[in-house]
Amino acid sequence: MAQAIDAHRTVEAIWRIESAKLIAGLARMVRDVGMAEDLAQDALVIALERWPVSGIPDKPGAWLMTTAKRRAIDLLRRSKTQVRKYEELGRTAPTYAEDDLEQVMEDGQIGDDLLRLIFATCHPILSREARVALTLRLLGGLATDEIAKAFLVAESTIAQRIVRAKRTLSAAQVPLEVPEGEALRERLSAVLEVIYLMFNEGYSATSGGQWIRPLLCQEALRLGRMLAEIAPGESEAHGLVALMEIQSSRFKTRVDAAGDPVLLLDQNRARWDHLLIRRGLAALERARKLGRPLGPYALQAAIAACHAQARTADETDWVRIAALYEALSRAAPSPVVELNRAVAVAMAFGPSFGLQLVDALSAEPSLRDYYLLPSVRGDFLVKLGRSSEARAEFERAASLTRNEREQALLLKRAAECGG
Amino acid sequence: MRFMMVVKATKDSEAGVMPTQELVEAMTRYNEELSKAGVLVAADGLHPSSDAIRISYPEPGGKPKVIDGPFAETKEIIAGFTMIEVKSREEAIEWALRMPDPHGFGEGEIELRQIFDFAEITADPELQARENAIREQLGRDK
Repeated sequence: MAQAIDAHRTVEAIWRIESAKLIAGLARMVRDVGMAEDLAQDALVIALERWPVSGIPDKPGAWLMTTAKRRAIDLLRRSKTQVRKYEELGRTAPTYAEDDLEQVMEDGQIGDDLLRLIFATCHPILSREARVALTLRLLGGLATDEIAKAFLVAESTIAQRIVRAKRTLSAAQVPLEVPEGEALRERLSAVLEVIYLMFNEGYSATSGGQWIRPLLCQEALRLGRMLAEIAPGESEAHGLVALMEIQSSRFKTRVDAAGDPVLLLDQNRARWDHLLIRRGLAALERARKLGRPLGPYALQAAIAACHAQARTADETDWVRIAALYEALSRAAPSPVVELNRAVAVAMAFGPSFGLQLVDALSAEPSLRDYYLLPSVRGDFLVKLGRSSEARAEFERAASLTRNEREQALLLKRAAECGG
Repeated sequence: MRFMMVVKATKDSEAGVMPTQELVEAMTRYNEELSKAGVLVAADGLHPSSDAIRISYPEPGGKPKVIDGPFAETKEIIAGFTMIEVKSREEAIEWALRMPDPHGFGEGEIELRQIFDFAEITADPELQARENAIREQLGRDK
């Protein structure tokens, strides 16, 4: 297997597996995310020099940790004098305990370390873009150029974004902690938001001809699964995983052979990934078992599950979906949710009921330039036999979307309405 | 990229001998590690081939021939599998190397196989061309 012995790529693979744990453990020691990453990177550089010659150690993760720890100890000893100065000034300085070093990477600690790290990389003090980039880098173990490719931006842009984010966290002395009480709910929802943003960025590119950027979706799913493992008591973490697993199950069917979008109800259900659906349903069940009212992610997952469980589009339980949307519009009210509720209501009870809900939304300022509003309205009008009004709605919708494929689909629907 | 780690059968697994407690614990720890890393998709063990049948089509266009287990050649039989989703072949190899010796008596054998993804099974030249265009665009933006 000559192919398997590419040492450099093997080291990269090990880094991918170990880096989050490594950085999380080091961050607890040195109490600084940026410094932790530098230490971990130093260890990686040493590994890249040595392993191709000496061979890969039996426990590469432990080797990297020991190497990084040694550098951390040197660093801490050198900075001790500085720490004393801080104390003389009566300030709470970052105090490092060398005892901590021995505990790092011990079982049971790793989960907490990772949790503290993800709370830091998704800290509200950072911009959303910075949170996504920093989380992909520190928890996903992605290289800067990989993140840049995934977002179709220059590598230097991402590099700067990450450097600035780390600096911001240091400057604000953001503590590495798992928040408690009410703060936990808020901060957790910030973490979930970052993961879902990542997923959506991958799932539907907002411009250009490309629909699905698989790397981002896969990363988001992986991070979501990680989070649900380290925070098993959080119903919404399971809810988000369930939502992403079920949505991912439709990757193959979202576009046809020519690369054009295929609507959910027209997709070939035999080609949905039933393994992912099963995983999604299991995650949703875990969220339900926690016994609290379902949150927004779990409710969206429950809606996705209704589609996933219908053997044919005609068997879809629209009454249940409409009820779930109503619950969702109470848990997380938004015009977009209301628009989706209108679609479900139309499917369950007829297009005229859907049209009433949509018309109530037409004054909503946040939906003024949202292409799905006229698109949905056009769909109801077609069903009600009001073709010329429908045509105008589809044309308006097409003028509002930047996605070329969606635009083409909408213009096709407009043309189908006749003149 | 999805990979399947295929664990081959042994005389013991075919005889229905359960693995040692120690091995069960090591496998459980391994699966937990995969799960915590967010890469585990599915993992299952299979009953011995004494419960199995084989369906073959010796005549092109002819009727299937059904043969009852057990089957003789253990190395050809699958005893279990673990499916993972990773970013590279190297990452899959690294995970496969971390799987405990699945039998522990010198007979353990794991085969790592990549699962076809969408692009590979799509022969449509236009779709492939579009995919290539996207790749080129990504290359330029780098």
